[in-house]
Amino acid sequence: MHQEYTIIEGDFVNAGKASSSVKKTLKQLNVSPQIIKRVVVALYEAEVNAIAHAYGGKVLVDIDSDKINMVVADKGPGIPDIALAMQEGYSTARPEVRDMGFGAGMGLPNMQKNVDKLNVTSEVGVGTTVEMMVNFA
Amino acid sequence: MTIREIITLLDGQLCLGEQRLDEEVEKAFASDLMSDVLTLHETPMLITGLCNVQTIRTCDMATLDIIVVVRGKVVTDDMIELAEENDMVIISTKYSMFKTCGLLWDAGLKPIF
Ligand SMILES: Nc1ncnc2c1ncn2[C@@H]1O[C@H](COP(=O)(O)OP(=O)(O)OP(=O)(O)O)[C@@H](O)[C@H]1O
Ligand SMILES: [Mg+2]
Repeated sequence: MHQEYTIIEGDFVNAGKASSSVKKTLKQLNVSPQIIKRVVVALYEAEVNAIAHAYGGKVLVDIDSDKINMVVADKGPGIPDIALAMQEGYSTARPEVRDMGFGAGMGLPNMQKNVDKLNVTSEVGVGTTVEMMVNFA
Repeated sequence: MTIREIITLLDGQLCLGEQRLDEEVEKAFASDLMSDVLTLHETPMLITGLCNVQTIRTCDMATLDIIVVVRGKVVTDDMIELAEENDMVIISTKYSMFKTCGLLWDAGLKPIF
């Protein structure tokens, strides 16, 4: 099953729409609650990042019988040093992002903890792509 | 303690979740930081001063469904709407975060760590 969502620049109110929708789909497919939580927490963190640090983008979701693949690709400033960004506590979040309750530098490490495979690629001045995979069993 | 007892203790107001008033609550977690909430492995009641749609969305993702909003922040209609879809309870209290936590701790609510 293939799903696509658009993330709109600055649209904080709708951050999490894709994750909510994926949550519903996985529930209908009887995926276990623990796995669903890992999937949607990771996807939500990536969605929020695409709004908080970039100018929006796309979410592509592919659900198979045994796994889910998620790609969050944004247009944005990119990440100059991915290893640094992956460190817990590293954040360049703007004050308005912090006012929303984000910007603790915990998103990328949290994605890493929740998914079975994480791949972050980025080109400065172009954008960032986060690929994640979670096995259902 | 029950949700009903929590509301009385906090001199609070129930914004959503009347059908769940007699449900027992055992554990709570307090944070204004949604990044923190997203790292929890358990599903305690959330005590927070952050009052916006993102609070509800974050709780939805983290599967927390009882929220106490402190410092008398106004719970908006779009928050209620989103929370309703997920069968959540929202309580609002005028008390500060510190007072809210103190009262609930005294009454026997447990931390998750
Ligand atoms: N999509 C992105 N585009 C550009 N920079 C990004 C992107 N995602 C992350 N970053 C950079 O990596 C840093 C760390 O990201 P991470 O998600 O771990 O923390 P955060 O978003 O700052 O805070 P939190 O996720 O705890 O709310 C960000 O502050 C930002 O500098
Ligand atoms: Mg983040």
